[in-house]
Amino acid sequence: MKLQRKNRRGMRALTVGAVAVSGALLLTACGSDDNTQQGAQEGTQQAGNIKCGGKGKLLASGSSAQKNAMDLWIKNYMAACPDVQINYNPVGSGGGITQFNQGTTAFAGSDSALKDDEVAASKKICKSGQGINLPMVGGPVAISYNLSGVDDLVLDAPTIAKIFDSKIKKWDDPAIKKLNPNAELPSTDIQAFHRSDESGTTQNLGKYLGTAAPEDWKYEDEKSWPAKGGQSASGSSGLAAQVKQVEGSIGYFELSYATGSQLDTVKIDTGASEPVEATAENASKAIAAAKVIGQGKDLALELDYATKAEGAYPIILVTYEIACDKGNKPETLDAMKSFLTYTASEDGQKILPDAGYAPLPAEIATKVREAVPSLS
Amino acid sequence: MDRQPATDTPAPGTLAHRRMPRWAPAGLALASAALGSGLGLAAGWHSKVQWGLLAAIFFVLGTYAITTAVEGKRQAKDRIATSIVWVCFALAVVPLASLTWTTVARGVKVLDGYFLSHSMAGLNQMVPGGGIYHAIIGTLEQVAFATLMAVPVGLLTAIYLVEYGKGRLAKAVTFFVDVMTGIPSIVAGLFILSTWVLTFGMGPSGFAGSLALTILMMPIVVRSTEEMLKLVPNELREASLALGVPKWRTILKVVLPTAIGGITTGVMLAVARIAGETAPVMLLVLGSSFINNDPFSDEQASLPLYVYQEYMLGTPYSYDRAWGAALTLIMFVMILNLVARAIARWKAPKTGR
Amino acid sequence: MNTTPTVPAPPAEPAGPPPSAKGTATRPGDKIFLGLSRGSGILLLTLMAAIAAFLTYRAYIAISENEANFLTSFEWNPQGEPVEFGIAILVYGTIVSSIIAMVIAVPIAVGIALFVSHYAPRRLAAPLAYVIDLLAAVPSIVYGLWGALVLVPYLGGMNKWLDQYLGWTYIFDKTGTGPARNLFTVGILLAVMILPVITNVTREVFLQSPKMHEEAALALGATRWEVIRMSVLPFGRSGIISASMLGLGRALGETMAVATVLSPSFLFSGHLLDPGGGTFAQNIAAKFNEADEFGRDALIASGLVLFVMTLLVNGAARLIIARRKEYSGANA
Repeated sequence: MKLQRKNRRGMRALTVGAVAVSGALLLTACGSDDNTQQGAQEGTQQAGNIKCGGKGKLLASGSSAQKNAMDLWIKNYMAACPDVQINYNPVGSGGGITQFNQGTTAFAGSDSALKDDEVAASKKICKSGQGINLPMVGGPVAISYNLSGVDDLVLDAPTIAKIFDSKIKKWDDPAIKKLNPNAELPSTDIQAFHRSDESGTTQNLGKYLGTAAPEDWKYEDEKSWPAKGGQSASGSSGLAAQVKQVEGSIGYFELSYATGSQLDTVKIDTGASEPVEATAENASKAIAAAKVIGQGKDLALELDYATKAEGAYPIILVTYEIACDKGNKPETLDAMKSFLTYTASEDGQKILPDAGYAPLPAEIATKVREAVPSLS
Repeated sequence: MDRQPATDTPAPGTLAHRRMPRWAPAGLALASAALGSGLGLAAGWHSKVQWGLLAAIFFVLGTYAITTAVEGKRQAKDRIATSIVWVCFALAVVPLASLTWTTVARGVKVLDGYFLSHSMAGLNQMVPGGGIYHAIIGTLEQVAFATLMAVPVGLLTAIYLVEYGKGRLAKAVTFFVDVMTGIPSIVAGLFILSTWVLTFGMGPSGFAGSLALTILMMPIVVRSTEEMLKLVPNELREASLALGVPKWRTILKVVLPTAIGGITTGVMLAVARIAGETAPVMLLVLGSSFINNDPFSDEQASLPLYVYQEYMLGTPYSYDRAWGAALTLIMFVMILNLVARAIARWKAPKTGR
Repeated sequence: MNTTPTVPAPPAEPAGPPPSAKGTATRPGDKIFLGLSRGSGILLLTLMAAIAAFLTYRAYIAISENEANFLTSFEWNPQGEPVEFGIAILVYGTIVSSIIAMVIAVPIAVGIALFVSHYAPRRLAAPLAYVIDLLAAVPSIVYGLWGALVLVPYLGGMNKWLDQYLGWTYIFDKTGTGPARNLFTVGILLAVMILPVITNVTREVFLQSPKMHEEAALALGATRWEVIRMSVLPFGRSGIISASMLGLGRALGETMAVATVLSPSFLFSGHLLDPGGGTFAQNIAAKFNEADEFGRDALIASGLVLFVMTLLVNGAARLIIARRKEYSGANA
């Protein structure tokens, strides 16, 4: 008798479980990916002419430096081509290339061109070809700071190098004072933040400091932070969040993160007559001097960090999309070509400055537009 | 009776010591709290943590001094132990209350129907909005598959240990199940990574995450089921066997149904535990901002991972979303816990304390 | 970790398995069932062996290419030229943060356990135990989020204070600046996380301490503290130790809470309040995305060390429990 009662209760417990499971199954039916209603509030740019192609999922991953540009492009592209779903995972340049070379993704975003061994590895995935670099978006790496009462700060390469190398430790250091005679600099500690993960942003800053202040920055331009001291955070967004939170801090990240978090950026004294502000326009001027050093369809660039041209912002970064020149995965080829055609097109490029990025110089953009349709 | 503080030998003719009034501890607590915050204010310390610590020290020392004076050394020691225990309790309550309060207060800001029914498609950290629907789906699917795999193995192992187990094998299984409960979740993730992904060359998927969660779930299910099966009175088994019922039918028809309530509880608690695991999901499922209903291919989102990723994005909007998702996750886990405990209480044998 | 129910104590001796009737085992149904259940047990053992084997295999691949000493190197550069990676920083960070967590959590947990079992008003005790149980079920990522956004800003002042008054101790000397994203904060956060775990197990042990002893002591005129010191604590000592080790096991392997709070680096600093350092689990989470296949193998090698560490700690805890038949540590 007692046993039976328990038995029935047991069944009831099972029923509860069954109801829960079927409830969960029902749940899969509702819910939606459609956020246009909310996204509409934040500048939906004119999508322009988008030629759709392909169908299904397009996976990509890589640099977090181009994530904000990617987000814009993906939003516009998917609004025009609902058949394609693009997922860009900002895992960092190194991770993006790794995943591309493992064949998990259709293309990778990277802040630096493929190295020789990476090209060799890509030949396994690109059956008849190899991975190539397609420059897609450029931008300034802003030096951002959080110092109340100081909304205009000028620094030059040696000073920046010393700050990030923990040689300059106070905001009222004579070196900073000399560059900012009018600012009221407090006598507080400088808290420098750097990236804890490997990053093309770190590498580009290192290249700039190594070129423009070779005396004060003797580290190699690695993707991981080479110097000692300071605190670290993961990703451009993590860095921006820390700078935002900590009074007296300084960090480096793409301009879009600085504007997104409403942080002040440093003007760079390059030796030109006026200190240069970190803007998309000023970065474009510096990127225009870049030379293509890639072979064939590969469009890897060489940047000039030591520029002293008027109004050219020297700490710049060009990020690439990496795909196979031949032997791309057939199921995603059309979608990828269509998407990259859009991003390289005038419509795709002209929305970039609003997000803090610099469009490609006309000459390079033309070459990218020729290269994309020939991918196979 | 002289006025000297009571010593270990009570004054002849009386058993009663001088006692402090009942409100003394509460009064002391108040006084030391006031003193702590007063000093903190005076010294201008920003962190209230120090105020609290200081108040706690004052409380303990004050109690000791006063009680020694009034009631004697032994009583003082007793008082001090009491106050230390209370302080411990207070110390523990502060962070845990803060955790709960912050999560609820900041989570409800974004938690609404839209948040629960939309994904993060096409949104970035610079804009508000979006939701966690894709993450809920991911978590439910990953946990469901893990449960499907872990529960049968866990049940059968427990049955083996209780009903059949003897000798070296059973001892080894018991020991290793115990040890297995302590495997860090990230190690489980690494194991699946080294086999499923690196050796067999599979890509990221919700199912890969389920495999790692299964490893974490199985030992919990074994342990709780074992306890429950041990509670089933032996008379039931003997009665059934005496009637000529085969042992396996006895187990299936008599033992398991008797313990099913407790087993259900154990399973639900195990589900609650693995639903909050982030590390293996991060290594194996990778996360996504789109709805992916298919757990067998491509990246999927998951609630705990969503919390982490939104935290890493670091803007006010993404923090809001992170708290919203954290609140959802906590509610999910808590509801599972409460229901499971209700079942446990409802099914508990009436014997015992 | 400790999410299983507070199982009502088994009435007297657990019923245990019946003497197996040898005759019945010959029926085919029985054979199949026995095979299935024994198979599951063996499957679990195999799984443990497989975990050890695969991790060792992948770790071997990585370590055999390593040009630095895996155990003593302060570098983590498995994808660089030359290949150099070592776990010295991780061992240090993991152990130090866990020790801080234990130093803070164990006494407090014992205190709370005593509070619930012997001090709290009756009506309060049961709900309290219930709440602590629930807190053990809060996912670690939520602790991490809270730690990073609430605890770290809060501890900034305390860090300054410690530096000011205890700076002479070297370990509390703060040479860097900035927010409290250091091993000390990690230790505190881990303490908060393992507190419910340790409390739960300890409380159950305390509840089972022999009532007769306590009553006898009380009858002799002992104060409550004397009862606890003479009767409850000696009885619960091994329970406290094993509970602490379970907590330690959890602290060692915690990933997300450390990853959100710490400012990681591979630079050694003996100053607890300086940012930097790392733990095994945190390092795996942080480096995973950018790791190629070889980098992953290197991470797996570090994971193997973590696995062995937790295995030893948990195994020891279980052995201590196993020596005490009265209390089964099943609920942990």
